[in-house]
Amino acid sequence: MATELLHAVVNGVLGGGVYALMAVGLTLIFGVLDIINIAQGVMVVLGAYLSYALSVHLHIDLFLGLLITVPAMFIIGVAIQWAFIRPLRGSERTAMSLLASYAVAIIIEGLLYLFFGASDVTLTAPYSNSTVSMFGFYVPDIEIGGFVLAAAMVGVLYLLLYRTRFGKSVRATMQDRTAALLVGIDVNRVGALTYGIGVSVTAIGGMIFGATGPPFNPNSGYDLISRLLALIILAGLGSVGGALVASVFMLTVEAIVDIWQPTWAVAVFYAAIVIVLLVRPVGLFGRQAARAQ
Amino acid sequence: MSDSTSPRRSAAAAGRRAELAGPAAVPGVLGGPGTRAGLLALALAAFVAFGVAFTNQLVLTIGFLTALYICCAVAWNLFSGYSGYISLGHAVFFGSGAYAAGIVCEHLQVTGNAIFALLPLAGAVAAVIAVPFGLVALRVRRHTFVVITIAIFFIFQLMAFDLNTLTNGTIGLDAPFLVWGPVAFDQRFYYIALALAVVTVGISWLVKGSRFGLQLRAIRDDEDRAASLGVRAMPVKLTAFVISGGLTGIAGAVWFYFIGQVFPQSGFDPIFDLTVALIAFLGGLGTISGPVIGAVIIMPAEQYLTSSINDSYLSQILLGVLFLAVVLFLPNGLVPAVASRVRSWLGTGTAAAAAVPGVAQPVAAAKGAQE
Amino acid sequence: MTALLRTEGISKAFGGVQALSECSIEVEAGTITGLIGPNGSGKTTLFNVITGYERPDEGEVYFADRKITRLAPQRVFADGIGRTFQLTRIFPRLTVMENMLIAAQHTGTASRGRRFGNPLARAGGPADRHRAMELLRFTGIDGHAHALAGTLSYGQRKLLELAYVLVADPTIVLLDEPAGGINPSLIHVISDRIAELNAAGKTFLIVEHNMEFVMGLCHHVAVLDYGTVVAAGPPQIIRDDPRVLDAYLGIAEEDDEPVG
Repeated sequence: MATELLHAVVNGVLGGGVYALMAVGLTLIFGVLDIINIAQGVMVVLGAYLSYALSVHLHIDLFLGLLITVPAMFIIGVAIQWAFIRPLRGSERTAMSLLASYAVAIIIEGLLYLFFGASDVTLTAPYSNSTVSMFGFYVPDIEIGGFVLAAAMVGVLYLLLYRTRFGKSVRATMQDRTAALLVGIDVNRVGALTYGIGVSVTAIGGMIFGATGPPFNPNSGYDLISRLLALIILAGLGSVGGALVASVFMLTVEAIVDIWQPTWAVAVFYAAIVIVLLVRPVGLFGRQAARAQ
Repeated sequence: MSDSTSPRRSAAAAGRRAELAGPAAVPGVLGGPGTRAGLLALALAAFVAFGVAFTNQLVLTIGFLTALYICCAVAWNLFSGYSGYISLGHAVFFGSGAYAAGIVCEHLQVTGNAIFALLPLAGAVAAVIAVPFGLVALRVRRHTFVVITIAIFFIFQLMAFDLNTLTNGTIGLDAPFLVWGPVAFDQRFYYIALALAVVTVGISWLVKGSRFGLQLRAIRDDEDRAASLGVRAMPVKLTAFVISGGLTGIAGAVWFYFIGQVFPQSGFDPIFDLTVALIAFLGGLGTISGPVIGAVIIMPAEQYLTSSINDSYLSQILLGVLFLAVVLFLPNGLVPAVASRVRSWLGTGTAAAAAVPGVAQPVAAAKGAQE
Repeated sequence: MTALLRTEGISKAFGGVQALSECSIEVEAGTITGLIGPNGSGKTTLFNVITGYERPDEGEVYFADRKITRLAPQRVFADGIGRTFQLTRIFPRLTVMENMLIAAQHTGTASRGRRFGNPLARAGGPADRHRAMELLRFTGIDGHAHALAGTLSYGQRKLLELAYVLVADPTIVLLDEPAGGINPSLIHVISDRIAELNAAGKTFLIVEHNMEFVMGLCHHVAVLDYGTVVAAGPPQIIRDDPRVLDAYLGIAEEDDEPVG
């Protein structure tokens, strides 16, 4: 019993780390651009498929392949933001960016169906099956590797945000876009780059998700985005640290509930948002919106 | 200080006043009340005639779906368009209505024409669901609101999958068999959907001109200011949400009877939300005729695409592209853009009329000037 | 005689910034009182506290001898205190008439005394519309009654905001920089209108930077500096008060004759 619990906690933390990476990307995009990137879920799937293509057709190792997929996703992200998000104007800008990113999501999903078909695939590597023994259960090496990578990336993002000049301009833009403009920050560039960063982490998330999670297909994006959205609402839109905490915490709780009631474990996610929103509408770590709506 | 009634000054002021007075531009659908009523009657007659003029099954099916989506888009617009809270979770109501009808038919063995008596029930179920849904979702700012609607949508899809005893899980529910001939089936359903669409448009029109509708639209522009003037935001928003949800629920039940079955991904389909939002956006958010025109354009196009392009994935891509195009090029929708174009073409274009679709600009300019 | 509107010892801090410090002002019924002071002296904060948008850390607000200190903005409005904003807050996508009707909707003849009324009733009964048109005529923007409020020029919006605040027939009107950013002839219009309304019995408390405007219109002026009142009295006395000049340190003196 204790072993099961511990196993669940370990799974939760490992999984939570990966979700944290993707959720942080999502909440950063919101913080800087004031938009909710619905396409984040399908982009994770896209990242997974890119890794799949590299692995299956070019026999490139999953982790090494990231050196290609991450920059690729970054460029795709910047391009999408520049082409479809930035030109949006008008009084309904937020709603429109939401719909635009929803549209981009279904386009990408359709393209994935077209290129890869609808059947389930999974990412495998020669080391997929080797496991490490801890506390009486087995943990796949690849999960640990994935977690370490995700944690490292979160660390890199932290350093980027808090130790570089670029990071400072990102944080400034998040706090007050107009003020940032006034002190000479190129808000458009910051926005484009942040979107690119937010999306490029999905390349990593996608690879890990594809390698450690259940078999996936183009439709898997919906489940992902609903979880990611739940996590950033729970944390509070725009709160990077909160996204981290919420991800690890919720994944762990879900893993524990999974021991008793597998089918309803996912419902735990959503039940949590409802409860938190009833009590604290801005999210656990959120602040009152500085911008009007 | 100096005399404020110097001749030069009052002449200038009078001139400016005269220039600003201009012909009063009535925003919204073009034309005076008489023209509008005439156009309306014409449109209605056309819709009614359509049902008897065609007997081709495909054409009638497209007609049915168009009418149904008119209802759904107008109902969606009644809440999201007027209040400015974009909901991407209305599929919750659509699916709940469908499932409510399905579950009652199955468990109470309802058959034949009696199934239509269940339509109000479907609407009521959806409306009741809207209450807690709204109470949770409407307490937050708009960004979070949209996300919550999406999350609630997924919860419902999940419940449809998992509450096996009630919903039959992945297998879904079948609608009772109707002993109508094939053409009669399509025609009658077309008229049922049309009736529903007319009722919905009527309710939307009533709301728009009412005090309740005014409060809703004020909430859209400046919720805090409206609240400080005494508008009770939560009850107003919630009421609109419930009405919108209830109507969508009825549409869901009608759809269920027509298609003959419902399962989790069809009743709770994200494409539904996207389509409804696209239609309303294309037509013009917050207008009455907008969603109608949007549906008439989109639905036949979409059905034509899906039936002639065998690849459903390609049609999905095209839908996404269409959506992007609308969002990028017609940010305020067709109806306001056309209306202002026509108005300026007719020469009644004062600064007021020309600026109607670009309302954001003067506001932004003023704010910019003030900063 | 106790003042119509009175604040006693209002203090309010935002983080490290003490916006108001034991601020006490009095507004006599039937007067036009000006509230002046350098930028950052707390004028708008005081307005916010009076009208319920902010809660003071200390002190009380009294209106007609009733304590209204922590009431929500809509209660304050319903009690008879109207207020405009520095950055005009109108409803841009509603017509000018509809803007008026929103302000009337809870005090209008249709629903006075009833909590809900008939929600599906036409927005604004004939009495409300009539009164709204009167006020629009009074402020000179009646020609735009059916234009979208967002198409109005900046000056017209100020007039609209004034008009819709008046719809509810408030006992006292708080104006936040009514002459800000307006061309001179329009300032005279606004100033005349306020004087007319005052002659008919309305009380005004006006925050303004435009000295001509204040000196020409107000019966009584209070000067705020660093969140507290440094001087109060008739405009003539205030003009020459050294403390006032000191508060406005560095701001260029008016080069016109004193206003009569």
